[in-house]
Amino acid sequence: MSALLLRDLRLAVRAGGGFGLGLVFFLILATLVPLAVGPRPDLLAPVAPGILWLGALLACLLSLDRIFALDAEDGSLDLLATAPLPLAGVATTKALAHWVTTGLPLALAAGPLSLLLFLPPGALPWLLLALLLGTPALSWLGTFGAALTVGLRRGSLLLSLLVLPLYIPTLVFGAEVVRRGAAGLPVATPLALLAAITLGCVALLPFATAAALRVNLR
Amino acid sequence: MPERPDGFKGIPWYADDPLPHPDALRIKDGMDRVVSELTCCRGEAIVLEGVSFALRGGRALVLRGPNGAGKTTLLRTLAGLTPPVSGAMPDPEGAAYAGHADGLKAQLTVAENLAFWAAIFGTGPAEVEGAIRGFDLAPLRERRAAELSAGQKRRAGLARLLVTGRDLWLLDEPTVSLDRTAVNRFACVMRGHLDAGGAAILATHIDLGIEADELDVAAFAAKREATLRDPFAEAVE
Repeated sequence: MSALLLRDLRLAVRAGGGFGLGLVFFLILATLVPLAVGPRPDLLAPVAPGILWLGALLACLLSLDRIFALDAEDGSLDLLATAPLPLAGVATTKALAHWVTTGLPLALAAGPLSLLLFLPPGALPWLLLALLLGTPALSWLGTFGAALTVGLRRGSLLLSLLVLPLYIPTLVFGAEVVRRGAAGLPVATPLALLAAITLGCVALLPFATAAALRVNLR
Repeated sequence: MPERPDGFKGIPWYADDPLPHPDALRIKDGMDRVVSELTCCRGEAIVLEGVSFALRGGRALVLRGPNGAGKTTLLRTLAGLTPPVSGAMPDPEGAAYAGHADGLKAQLTVAENLAFWAAIFGTGPAEVEGAIRGFDLAPLRERRAAELSAGQKRRAGLARLLVTGRDLWLLDEPTVSLDRTAVNRFACVMRGHLDAGGAAILATHIDLGIEADELDVAAFAAKREATLRDPFAEAVE
């Protein structure tokens, strides 16, 4: 599994790997919102948690179709399926590689970008924590969606339609953590729910992903 | 020349390559494999019915039949990619599959690609070196797969078979886009594999000069238009 993870990370940073695509999208979104709404703290501060989470979610969506489509194209997916590695292990590794190349950089970049949106400084640690806890769920759900649509031409549009509704709970509780953090309210409940969603996704979805891959490999 | 443990001497190899290929030295399981009454499907359509044959260790089986007869379907079923509808077949865990696509990552070098598959299949650098020598890839080892010609890619894709360390090779048109030298080279590797007790099932239209059994896949074509009902697959489509 570590070999697959290392290969995926190496592919992501080499030419044409798409690493940083989501990050740049996130950066542009966070820059465009103050330009569109106007640089007014009283307007931006209340919506900053929502915008940052929405940006992270859409940036994550951008790279989802690459998870399995590239491997299916060059035949690697067939070979991985015949390898001694269980397919659920392949799914977990793929999701982890996606998170390391997308979710983790987004979480780290959100701090500096929140300054553009006048997010109260007190909410910063909660923003970082919420994104670190919540983005794995986005990657694991996205991997499942990518497995469902792997054999389809122009599957990325369908993938977005399938995956976005599944992202709603993460978005709701993630933004809620940051909003409460900004207002100085207790954050334990949404944080616990966010963590529960992520843990549930990480524990269960690889098996669903493997089943979907098997159907699509036929 | 290193002595083979079983005292086998007749390793066919290139005159300019005095060392036999390491894979030819590795003793394979030499197992007989039996496929009986196998029914295979592609998508939801049943393509082959009642496929039965026995493959002795150390032998190759060439699948014959016109395009669309179900050669690829049979190979994919034996590789474990498509579950068989019914029937008995050997455990796919022992098989290495090479299909139309080579499974190479364009951004990685030949050596990196092979090292990756070695790690996935739990073999080591020795197998990678053997594969590079077996298919004469040494001049290309640091070349990125994106910069290879179609035939070179094919050679790197076939080299992966040696890296897997598995004893049953399932090959779908392995010689596509190979030149004559590369085909000879491939035939040599294949002969070494078979002589050491490995087995191979291949769909090919050219004569590799290997003594092989033949199986006409068209004889097992499904008699009637039959489809499987799979609610999950239907839902996905």
